[in-house]
Amino acid sequence: MLTLDTIVAPVTPPGEGGVAIVRLSGPQAFTYLKKSFRSKTKRKEFESHRLYYGQLFNADEVRLDEVLAVVMRSPRSYTGEDVVEVHCHGGIQLVRSVLDLFLSAGARMATPGEFTQRAFLNGRLDLSQAEAVVDVIKARSERSGQVALDQLEGQLSRKIYRYSDQLKSALALLEAHIDFPDDEVGSLDLTSLVEPIHAQVDEMVALASSFDVGRVLREGVSILILGRPNVGKSSLMNALLGESRAIVTDVAGTTRDTLEEPLVLAGFPVRLIDAAGVRETDDPVEKEGVRRASSKARSADLILLVVDGSTPLSAEDRLAIGQCQVDKTIVVVNKSDQPQCIDHGQLAEFSHKVPVSAKQITGLDSLCTVIAERLGQDSLSAAGEGFVVTEKRHKDALLRAIASLNAFFEGVRVSAPYECLAMDLREGLNSLGLITGETTPDEILDQIFSRFCIGK
Amino acid sequence: MGEKYDVIVVGAGHAGCEAALAVARMGCRALLLTLNLDAVAQMSCNPAIGGLAKGHLVREIDALGGEMARNIDATGIQFRLLNTKKGPAVRASRAQADRDLYRARMKQVVEAQPGLDLKQGQVVRLLVEGGRVTGVETRDGLLFESLAVVLTTGTFMRGLIHVGLVNYPGGRAGEPPSEGLSDHLRELGFMVGRLKTGTPPRLAAETIDFSALEAQPGDDSPQPFSADTELIDRPQVPCHITYTNEKTHEVIRGGLDRSPLYSGVIEGVGPRYCPSIEDKVVRFPEKEQHQIFLEPEGLTSGEIYPNGVSTSLPVDVQLDYLRTMKGLEKVEIMRPGYAIEYDYVDPIQLHPSLETKLVNGLYHAGQVNGTSGYEEAAGQGLMAGINAALQIQGREPVVIGREQGYLGVLIDDLVNLGAKEPYRMFTSRAEYRLLLREDNADQRLSPLGYEVGLLPEERWLRFSAKLASLEEGRERLRVTRISPGNQEAIKRLGLPDLKNGASLEELLRRPELKLADLEFLDPWLAGLSSEVRHELETEVKYAGYIRRQREQVERFRRLEDLVIPAGFDYGSVGSLSAEVREKLMNVAPRTLGQAGRIPGVTPAAIAILSVILKR
Ligand SMILES: Cc1cc2nc3c(=O)[nH]c(=O)nc-3n(C[C@H](O)[C@H](O)[C@H](O)COP(=O)(O)OP(=O)(O)OC[C@H]3O[C@@H](n4cnc5c(N)ncnc54)[C@H](O)[C@@H]3O)c2cc1C
Ligand SMILES: Nc1nc2c(ncn2[C@@H]2O[C@H](COP(=O)(O)OP(=O)(O)OP(=O)(O)O)[C@@H](O)[C@H]2O)c(=O)[nH]1
Ligand SMILES: [Mg+2]
Repeated sequence: MLTLDTIVAPVTPPGEGGVAIVRLSGPQAFTYLKKSFRSKTKRKEFESHRLYYGQLFNADEVRLDEVLAVVMRSPRSYTGEDVVEVHCHGGIQLVRSVLDLFLSAGARMATPGEFTQRAFLNGRLDLSQAEAVVDVIKARSERSGQVALDQLEGQLSRKIYRYSDQLKSALALLEAHIDFPDDEVGSLDLTSLVEPIHAQVDEMVALASSFDVGRVLREGVSILILGRPNVGKSSLMNALLGESRAIVTDVAGTTRDTLEEPLVLAGFPVRLIDAAGVRETDDPVEKEGVRRASSKARSADLILLVVDGSTPLSAEDRLAIGQCQVDKTIVVVNKSDQPQCIDHGQLAEFSHKVPVSAKQITGLDSLCTVIAERLGQDSLSAAGEGFVVTEKRHKDALLRAIASLNAFFEGVRVSAPYECLAMDLREGLNSLGLITGETTPDEILDQIFSRFCIGK
Repeated sequence: MGEKYDVIVVGAGHAGCEAALAVARMGCRALLLTLNLDAVAQMSCNPAIGGLAKGHLVREIDALGGEMARNIDATGIQFRLLNTKKGPAVRASRAQADRDLYRARMKQVVEAQPGLDLKQGQVVRLLVEGGRVTGVETRDGLLFESLAVVLTTGTFMRGLIHVGLVNYPGGRAGEPPSEGLSDHLRELGFMVGRLKTGTPPRLAAETIDFSALEAQPGDDSPQPFSADTELIDRPQVPCHITYTNEKTHEVIRGGLDRSPLYSGVIEGVGPRYCPSIEDKVVRFPEKEQHQIFLEPEGLTSGEIYPNGVSTSLPVDVQLDYLRTMKGLEKVEIMRPGYAIEYDYVDPIQLHPSLETKLVNGLYHAGQVNGTSGYEEAAGQGLMAGINAALQIQGREPVVIGREQGYLGVLIDDLVNLGAKEPYRMFTSRAEYRLLLREDNADQRLSPLGYEVGLLPEERWLRFSAKLASLEEGRERLRVTRISPGNQEAIKRLGLPDLKNGASLEELLRRPELKLADLEFLDPWLAGLSSEVRHELETEVKYAGYIRRQREQVERFRRLEDLVIPAGFDYGSVGSLSAEVREKLMNVAPRTLGQAGRIPGVTPAAIAILSVILKR
């Protein structure tokens, strides 16, 4: 029923940190590892869940890196399949060559979220965790993957389970008074039943409103590449994408329209935007392009202001600088392969200046690191405890539960009969059940029987 | 070889009587075989019918054309409406029965029913050919042939009675067990389990000092269970209330070493909602007293049923602890309390029609399915009888939905969840409780009863007339208005804020107004039966809640309508865990909704199935 191919992908953000992890999952995972992994002690089989030290060789017997490898035998793994994780040194080039190694052995590049999807289909995740899968899939990046992962770790589950436990116990109390005569269960103190739920609803409201932060993480931040013509904006775009997507020429004014590409950058889902070089021009097409670039400068989450380090800043550069909001701008000093004569004093207001060569592909790792820092700060501070609702269905479930509980409060106010109050509570519980899984009547009865001495 | 029947019903308990009557009333030939003709519809335990959620079941049985409601109306000696201070949906009827009269009347009804033979005999084996039941064999070696069999053997299969550490085989106090049948079922491939229940001692009325005790009378105007009963005019008798105390609990604790429950002699699982007194004392040591109702067993009986002290302690301990209670200082025990262990057949092996999946034409109903209670048994018996008759007539089985009745909830729970402990109905088991009221049981189920041919024509006409007056009542509430000029009425109702006038319906929505307050504005309403008036009032007062509950039902039906094709190959779904797969194959749910109610079937599994089903 399930695809039986073996997939591979890096699970750490590219260009970040000293160590990268590449994960393989599927029936051939062990075989692929054995083909290329050499260690001092010879062994036929790997023991599950043990870390092995060794060297990685490619098909031409060229040593790629010294690595740590761990195998996790099905079903005791994240995906439920046979899983291999190789810890190698970080760096875009090296990770790429490790991936190539496994790809040429026969593995397939994992689509975003595919590991989690497999885990879900193999029944390794509960409903809330499964919901997070959808997030991971949409996230197309491992950072937003991190938020999703937090959910997987059960943060959201834990919170919602706590809410749901509280509702359950209130419902049990109410049901006990419905299904059993007062002489067995005593009379009901509605006030003490309602109070904790009031506090809980406040919390739920806050949680539901964290959804918007979640959305940014999910849909990706927009990063605009801005600068005067010919500074190497399109070249930078191509270098970051790892392919020649944008046309590069030495003619100033090559790019005339904005060009958008999704990309995982430093672990964040990003929409990278290349724009026309900023300058005064009479060409109507280019003019429109410049106008668009300026408007993007306002709406972008982050701006990479590109300047050419091999020439002094010009009036056109200053025109571009004028459009940048200082606190969301990183200056990229391009053409670092050429002798530098740029006057940094004129860029003093910007705190981040990163030298790169888009042509030679150098300096990109540190650019990624700076971008990651910037985005990381923003998203973390916005997310408060580092915990947000990112799935629309979760938000809807919370909002529905809140609505039911408000109806419950109203019912209490007008002294509606207990079974009507119970209906609202149950409805609230069921809404949360979309995340936590359903509460069965038996669970409520269990609580009743353990709390009350009931029956003839 | 005996005669040939359409349906043979084994066991004339509460399930068996309903089953046999339904079969015969639907025009099929039925045989009702039972161990002892003097114990037809015997109440093994409490001489009472109804109560919370159970009263609802009785109304539903009546709405479909069953007998239980008429039987209790004819033999009840104390009627009470419970939960009157709570909402309209959980109000429930209960009545004390005269145990002997109850049994005798049911036997008469069964005997008088054309097309139904009642015979004494112990069934030891089913005749099965090619996966289909063809009859039964009795201990006397008689063979009876039939097209279908309904098994309703209650607590009798391998029944083992415990009194203290003494135990002996028995189906019920004073009656033999039914041996051999459950072994035979096991041989046929059924999973057979063991459950336990218990009953209190019966006390001699003349040894109780009632004058020292608080009396609890019945309602002033007893309300019947059945739409066929016009009036209950039998004299009503009171119950009395006493309490356990510290001394009682001490005596009980002192006897625990001789309790079969606490010394591990009993293996069967008992009902948590029906704990023995020793259970209550052990599990809730902080409770200083437990309330005990002293219920008369009948108008002429000298026996008293002490409700709340079910026990399997030795008889000497029973007597000792009873005598610690007020009014019972000199009490004598006439029959000791006991616990009984018995074999049941896990109902997870049933289709929602109550037909077994293993043997075609074989239906199981009542306590043999792991339920407990007369009403639960009678309801299943009725449904099994209806479905057996329908099968013989070549018609589709009837499955009542969870949103349609407690009977639906009961059977759906049984076939999906199985019974790990004795199953009793509670209103909280019903998701759509606001729609499942005692007062509208007829509207929910009488059309079905009529359609299958169980509800008589005359009753149908009366029901239709009631529907018509309800409809007219609704209309009148909508159109009759009180005008702003009608100062007299406004004053009488105490509504100075009524500027623009209002319809009766709008007025009725106000919490402070009752239908009775408004009837002077439309005297036609006053002429309606109290039942119809009560329903009109409920519908209007709780309209908002009821409408929302209906919307929930809509949503529920959507999953319920996603059909899983018969014979669906769960083995091919590699992504389901072995455990979930096994559960699904076991139950073979008919819809995705049903699949979701099987315990252990995870939401993730349902998500996977829905993806595959929609492919
Ligand atoms: C000790 C005890 C305590 C109980 N306590 C409670 C309680 O507190 N509350 C409550 O709600 N319910 C209680 N019950 C349960 C209640 O009595 C039953 O749920 C209900 O009577 C079940 O109805 P039934 O029709 O399934 O079976 P029963 O009423 O048990 O009837 C079974 C019938 O089948 C006949 N039979 C059995 N085997 C054969 C055979 N092989 N061949 C022919 N006939 C056969 C028997 O003679 C009997 O007539 C108690 C039962 C017992 C025995
Ligand atoms: N030496 C050197 N040349 C570079 C570098 N980056 C870009 N160039 C060259 O600069 C010229 C312009 O590059 P583009 O990427 O087209 O510049 P642009 O900013 O997109 O220009 P417009 O689209 O016209 O605004 C090309 O000839 C590139 O080869 C670099 O890092 N070093
Ligand atoms: Mg360009």
